[in-house]
Amino acid sequence: MKELIVFIKKEFKHIFRDSRTLLILFGMPIAQVFLFGYAITNEVRDAQITVWDQSNDVMSKKLISKILATDYFKLASVSENYDDITNGFRSGDHMLALVIPPKFAERFSNKDANIQLLLDASDPNMANILSNYASGIIANFMRQELNYNQPNQIITEVRMTYNPELKGVFLFVPGVITVILMIVSTLLTSIALTREKEMGTMEILLVSPLKPGIIVIGKVLPYLLLSLFNAMVILVLGFTVFEMPMLGNYLFLLMELILFIVAALSIGIFISTKTDSQQVAMMISLFALMLPTILLSGFIFPIDSMPMALQVLSNVLPAKFFIIIVKGIMLKGVGIEVLWPETLAIIGFILVFTVASIKNFNIRLA
Amino acid sequence: MSSNYAIEAQNFTKKFGSFTAVDNITFNVKQGEIFGFLGANGAGKTTAMKMLTGLLMPTSGEATVAGFDVWKQADRIKENIGYMSQKFSLYNDLTILENIELFGGIYNMTMPEIREKSEILVDKLGIEAYKNRMVESLPLGFKQKLAFSVAIFHNPKIVFLDEPTGGVDPITRRQFWEMIYEAADNGITPFVTTHYMDEAEYCNRVSIMVEGKIMALDTPENLKEQFDSKNMDEVFLKLARNTE
Repeated sequence: MKELIVFIKKEFKHIFRDSRTLLILFGMPIAQVFLFGYAITNEVRDAQITVWDQSNDVMSKKLISKILATDYFKLASVSENYDDITNGFRSGDHMLALVIPPKFAERFSNKDANIQLLLDASDPNMANILSNYASGIIANFMRQELNYNQPNQIITEVRMTYNPELKGVFLFVPGVITVILMIVSTLLTSIALTREKEMGTMEILLVSPLKPGIIVIGKVLPYLLLSLFNAMVILVLGFTVFEMPMLGNYLFLLMELILFIVAALSIGIFISTKTDSQQVAMMISLFALMLPTILLSGFIFPIDSMPMALQVLSNVLPAKFFIIIVKGIMLKGVGIEVLWPETLAIIGFILVFTVASIKNFNIRLA
Repeated sequence: MSSNYAIEAQNFTKKFGSFTAVDNITFNVKQGEIFGFLGANGAGKTTAMKMLTGLLMPTSGEATVAGFDVWKQADRIKENIGYMSQKFSLYNDLTILENIELFGGIYNMTMPEIREKSEILVDKLGIEAYKNRMVESLPLGFKQKLAFSVAIFHNPKIVFLDEPTGGVDPITRRQFWEMIYEAADNGITPFVTTHYMDEAEYCNRVSIMVEGKIMALDTPENLKEQFDSKNMDEVFLKLARNTE
């Protein structure tokens, strides 16, 4: 027990004396939360639009002011003809153009009005979202102005549960926690372990009376603690800065966090049993793990819309299950009664990688 | 087996698949003698040393180290040996005192014991001014002497030195050997592998391994006589040629 404490003390010294490790540990999580929270988002806010109002009557003005009253759109310019609109698209001054034909009010009351929406679809996702928002506002306007309730019409009433305002940050906070824990736990432990091998100190430790198990625990325990600390920082930022809700049980979330960290650590240990150099360990951690974690875990791209092969492949990523767990706990407030399959999956990863690491370790020593 | 020997090996063998790295070696190391374990690269000395220090399981044969069986008592062996490898074996990002404390702690020494002994050591090496400096900033020769001091800090019965003087200047090598003699006087048995044949002359007895087998084992004087050579270099070359 005493030698374990001595060993852990040493490991913390390594961490706190290495500026690069510190930067990855403490700088990256905060930077990532703000990056994903603010910059990289698919929400629409203040999209620049132009209006070519050929009627200039009460109705058209009412419609325009209704559109501009939302947070989504902002008037960039007023156009007089199609050339103005095209030039604006080219220069990037606006992404959407609203064209209202002459005699709008008159035709509106005759239920014969047309409106044209022109979009810059060089960013197809954005164009789609903008057109949906604009069409929605226009449909709403129509209904209000005409008391448009035809006998047989079905009016869909949509309610977005768990995230009524469709805030992207609610998805990004669980995603960022997942990615950060993966980086810190897997990348840093695999590097820390291979560094001992590269420096030759691993041999000294193995010749010492320290049991191999104690060496590994002593190596990874500091990273477990620091990863937990990191998760807390991201959660607190999520709660305070981004007003992320927390409907579930804190203790349950903490337990799931620890489980996931242990899974990531076991992958890190496994990588380090496969290689002797820090560089290789880093390459494997980053490219074989980080990229799939970001792209295939459902963090950025929804798994349901992936090709079948990738959907199947996503099951080898612990991150996929963990994102489901965190979203479930925080946004839906569910517990183990719902999340047990995902929890079991993560426990499965821990078992597989721990057993594989021990096997590898023994082969090396045999 | 009697306790007059620090190391006893009998028909000690290690095979990797069809390749026999260590082939049926039998030798004894007396307590307190400086034993030189020589051989060209790939002759099997590192493998033999790894088995003796508990890093590798032998394929067959018997051996005891500090009176403990390599098959069954690897844990007890580890408590009773020190080890220093050709790669630098201290932590560069810890200070001298922190390194001493770490290894003292790993070898289960108590804190007061570690403090007391490290003061003596700092005094002996004359490093009072450096003791709180990162090891990284020390010159190489100095680091090697420090690594040796740390390897015998817990007062082991045997200290294994794997090419300890690689890349060190002649003066430091000289000082290093003085430290080895001192350790031997204090009852620690140094087991040394080296490339430098002049260093072989400093040993009480040397063994020379060629292709996994021990081809010669005696005092340097007897070996030179036996092979009719001026120095150990010649002995070594003659042995290596004979087996080609």
